[in-house]
Parts: sequence; structure tokens; C-alpha cells
Amino acid sequence: MIDRTFDSTTSRAPIDGPPGADPSARGAVEDRIRAEPPVLALKGARQIFKTPRGEVPAVAGVDLEVRPGEVLCLVGESGCGKTTTARMAAALSEPTSGSVLYRGKDVSEMDRKERAAFRRSVQYIHQDPYASLNPVRTVYSTVSAGLRRHKLVKDAKEARRATIELLERVDLTPAEDYLDKYPHQMSGGQRQRVAVARALAMNPEVIIADESTSMLDVSIRVSLLNTLGRLRDELGVGFLFITHDLAVAKYFAWRGEIAVMYLGKVVEQGATPKVVNDPRHPYTKALISAVCEPDPDLARNKERVRLRSADIPDLTDLPPGCDFHPRCPIYVEGDCDAVRPPLERAHDRSLACHVVTRE
Amino acid sequence: MNDLPTAPDPSEGALLSVRGVDVGYRTGRRSHVTAVHDVSFDLHPGQSMALVGESGCGKTTLGLGLLRLLPRAGVVPKGEILFRRKDGTRVDVRTLEKERLRRFRWNEAAMVFQGAMNAFNPVLRIEDHFVDTFRAHEGGRRRPRKEIVERSAELLEMVRLDPSRVLRSFPHELSGGMRQRSLIALALALEPQLIILDEPTTALDLLTQRSIVERLAELREELRFSMIFITHDLGLAAELADRVGTMYAGRLIETGTTGDIFYRSRHPYTTALINSVPPVVGDLHVPESLPGGPPSLTSLPPGCSFAPRCSLAIADCTTGRPSLDVLTPRGEGLSHAAACLRATDAELHAEGVSRD
Repeated sequence: MIDRTFDSTTSRAPIDGPPGADPSARGAVEDRIRAEPPVLALKGARQIFKTPRGEVPAVAGVDLEVRPGEVLCLVGESGCGKTTTARMAAALSEPTSGSVLYRGKDVSEMDRKERAAFRRSVQYIHQDPYASLNPVRTVYSTVSAGLRRHKLVKDAKEARRATIELLERVDLTPAEDYLDKYPHQMSGGQRQRVAVARALAMNPEVIIADESTSMLDVSIRVSLLNTLGRLRDELGVGFLFITHDLAVAKYFAWRGEIAVMYLGKVVEQGATPKVVNDPRHPYTKALISAVCEPDPDLARNKERVRLRSADIPDLTDLPPGCDFHPRCPIYVEGDCDAVRPPLERAHDRSLACHVVTRE
Repeated sequence: MNDLPTAPDPSEGALLSVRGVDVGYRTGRRSHVTAVHDVSFDLHPGQSMALVGESGCGKTTLGLGLLRLLPRAGVVPKGEILFRRKDGTRVDVRTLEKERLRRFRWNEAAMVFQGAMNAFNPVLRIEDHFVDTFRAHEGGRRRPRKEIVERSAELLEMVRLDPSRVLRSFPHELSGGMRQRSLIALALALEPQLIILDEPTTALDLLTQRSIVERLAELREELRFSMIFITHDLGLAAELADRVGTMYAGRLIETGTTGDIFYRSRHPYTTALINSVPPVVGDLHVPESLPGGPPSLTSLPPGCSFAPRCSLAIADCTTGRPSLDVLTPRGEGLSHAAACLRATDAELHAEGVSRD
């Protein structure tokens, strides 16, 4: 299964940033988006949790598509349904309604064999590398577990060789030094790389990364993002990338798309440069203006969006009309508090706002 | 014994004057690790200073050490932590004995701990936290509970919380942002001159973070307290601080005004940190990665601790440890200083190692 071999020299070549920075490449990417069918798609996926206080619509119908070699980044505040969406996409939880399609086939209707293939090709990287690795297993044992389980290697020797290759892929070199280490002997960044190597062992088509870089120091974060970027560009892995950090989203998904979630719904989705540099939905605008910029002059002169209220409405008791209207600075009485805006195409992207789509 | 006469010296007028402080931890019967080495700085009234660096650089240890709030194994074996109290006398916090230290804390300098979740006692209502704090620090006269609750309500209003809801709540009933704000209100309770905030907005949502940052800046204007805040979020430092100190492997390696650090940094570590987090607005800046991690405190490399990761290191860097030399002298502790052999390398900095 590890047939996509690579030579370690190219894998360690430094990447001078995403190639998408130049406009001609951008057009090419857009063509590819149209050409390539999605590997993984959510169609009207909805997840409602039943609690004693009533039903909590954690995800209230989202349509998302992940394509090979592309990044779809989900951003939003905690509690907006990012992780629930990711769990549905990985079939770790079943949507209350709607469906998850893998190569066009509904995951819930798959037979045993198809499901095993799905499990292999969609991998999940968790947020906390301190919790996601088994402390009594060595790196070798963790990374090769899937290989051995799915009988992708013949014997221990081959497993070891494959593990070394994987560790090199994620820049844990010399790999031999890491094979027999336990998680507690490594730093957070190294552990997260082991988690990435474990996901890669299955030769995935899609990686779902749930806040995978948030726990790491800034310095390590960039190098891990570059490692993931290489997987995307060289192996054509598609990413569903979840983060609350807009700087990370911007860098990693520059050639892909960003979907901004608010209270279980996507409120704005489009090409990253457009969403980040020219946000249209008032919620996206507020988020982007709230970022503390690492540049004192910029930070002091930046225009801030003032929200009408700081409180996030309770999911069990959502306001009528647009979910954002009690906080929205541009809300129009009679429209926003009556009808929920649909997600529709406007200004080269999808938007869910009555006021902005009218402009 | 601890009351030193206010003698004229360079730290004259400083609220907090830290001189050659080491902070360490006992790790065994005879073993000991020094987590903070030889830190000196002056903090003047009203200033806001950010301590930045990767995790494990000694930021929190220094912050805790300044108020001697270290865990049991922690010690401050060397140096002076001179603090000018509200009555004008100066004390060395390092040598204060127990009861006076207890009274010094919160009255003069308060701390907002990292992780608002764990800083409260989960079985006490917010109101009781305030009552406990006031009672523990009142000298002699026992204030009626009603008076304390009224004052607490005022404090909560200062941080834009609704006292009628928050006072009677248990910590778990509040959101992360509300807890963090309550904690700030609690720190302000006895009108301290200095507040040390350890990662005040980490783990909070973007919009919550924004409201706390703005409120802190306003409160500082109103109440004129000084702040030291510990953060790994350079954006927060850029926004809230007048001056920044970069820490690496337990040492202060560069200090200066926010402008010095963000636009004219002279230590390659500071530069690398700043270049690893690009702004969100504007075109794509490609962040630079800084490979490796900080060295282990028990086996520091010889010479400059950063040399093994430094792209500008020369042979001399591995032999002698550079001292924190002043590059641009200014008053009130605002001088730009860097501990790098190549800090004054004209050719290097003319090319623009710093951003823009």
C-alpha cells in the first residue's frame, strides 16, 4: 500500500510558501476545482443532540466538499459546530439527517468492505498530541499499528522500513532515533508529527485535521503546516482543516476555500483570499477585525467592527430569523429578525445575509 | 529590615526594579535546575510590558517568581526584586517574610493566572471568592459582607459583567470569557499598582479575546496600574504592550519598546518569532519556520543558548555568552537592548533582517 514511495531528498526540500501566490497558478487551481470530483462530501448534514434542556442543533445543515489536493478550511468560534462537522465527515458520528458521501457513495449505506476502505482513506488528526497518542506505545508501535492491522505489510522488517519512511516524510529525522521513543520523551511538535505519520500510514485521500496546530508553539506550527502542505501538493491529499486561528487558515488554505461557521451553519464560504481580504458577511468581518495583529501600527489603526452584543445565543433557544441578528451591526428590522437568510451565491462566494447579498 | 530608604539610583522612580534575579526549582535532594537566569529590568508606573517567547522559556516562572508564588519546589536564590509600595517605601520582595509577603500580594501586586478555569475554587460562588479576598487582606477591621458585595459588584461592572447574575454563580456556570473577566475584576479588588497576567486571553474565542483586550486597555487608562503580561501571542503583545521583553532559555535576550521589537528587532530569535506569525490582513506573507526547540535547561549549550538554532551564528557565538547590551538608550527602562554578538552588525541590519 505504501507504493507512493518518495525519495527523502525532495521531501525535505524547503518549501518557499504555497505556490498559489502567483495569479496564473490560481486560475489553474480553479480549473482543477471544477474538474476534480469531490472525494468527500457532506450533503445537508445535520447533527442534533438531545439534551434535557431540549434539542441542540449543533450542525444545522451544511454542504461541504473536499477535493484531492485541495484545502477546505472551517473557521469559527468554539461551539459553532466545527468539530461536530468533522466527526460526521469522518463517520465518527452519524448525521441526524443528510448524508456523508465518499466518492459519491453514502457512507451509511456502505457494506463492511467499502467501509473499511473509507476508514483507511479518510484519516483524522486530533487537536491534542498529548492525549491522542497511547503513552505505553513506542512511536514504531503507534505508526505501524494500522499497517499491521490492515495487513499492508508482510512482516516486522517491512513494517519497520515503512515506519521509517513515514517518519522521514514528516521530518522526524533521523527516523531510527524516534522509532523506539515513547510519547513522553518527545515535545508537543514531535508528537503531533507522529500523529500525522500515523494518519499517513494509511495512504489517505483525505485528512481531517481538527485544530491540529493550535497546541503548538508558533515556531513549530509553521513547520508542521509546511509538512502538511507538502502532503497536499505532492501526494494530492485533500484536507478538511479546522482552526479558529485565521492566520493559520489564511496561510494553509490560501489556494483553497474557507467556510466560516456560526451556530451550526456556514455563513460565508469562498476562495480564501477573497474571504480574508474582503470579507462580506458581518460576522466574518467582525472575526477578521478582532484578530490581534503582530504589528503595533496595524493593530492600533485597524478598523474594528462593533457588535451590538457580545453574547452568543443559546443553541436551544435560537432567535427568529438570522441567527446573527441580535449581534449584527448592519441588521435591518423586519427582514433579519423574520426570515433566516439562505446561503446563496453573491460577490463571488456563498453568503447567508439579507443585507449584504442585496448590495 | 526590608524597608530600604529611597536612595537616588538608576531605578529611581521605578515601580518594580528587578536586579539579577535567578529562579529555580529543586528537582531532588541535591539537584536543582535554574529556570530563569540573571534577569534585570525596571518597570515604571503605568507601563505595560509583555514577556514573549516559546513555551519552556521561563516566562511563567519569572512571573510567578516576581510575586514568589512559585510552587513548593521553586526558589528565588539570587537577586533583588525591589518594589515601591503605595506608601513610597521600597521592599525587596525576595526577602519579605511570610506575613508581610501575604499582605504585599494583592494589595500591591496581583496576579491573573493562566487558565481561568482552574483559578477559581469550583465549590465557591464568585461572591465568596471576592469576600475571601477582601477578608484575607483587610487590616483588623472586619468589613460587613454587604459592603464587600457592593464593592464586588462595582468591580464586576468595571469589566462589563452583570453582577446580579455573576456574583451568585459558581465558576462552572460562567463561560470562559466571563470567568476570565471575573478573575481580572478580582485582581483589581484591592487596587494594586501592578498586575501580572499569565496568558490572559489564551483559549478564549476571538471575539471574547477582543473584548477583554479592549477592556484591559481602557482599565489601564482609568486606573493607571502597571502590567506585566506573559504571552506567546505576539499579536496581543503588539496591541497591549508599551514594551516587550523576549525570553529564551530562561534569559531576557531582548527588551525594547513595542516598536523596537516589532520593527527593529536585533536579536535573531525575536525576529524569527515575529516572522513566524504573519498578519491576517493583506496579501499572503509566508511565515518563516524556526526549526528545533528551546534547549533543555539542564544542558544549555555553551555560549549563546540560541546559537544552535540561529541562522546568523558565527564561531564566537558558541564560546562566549553575549550580554544584554543597550543599543538605543532611553529613560524609564525603555532602552532597546539585545543579547546578541551580531546586534550591532551594521551590514546585517541594513539589509533589513527586521520585517518590512
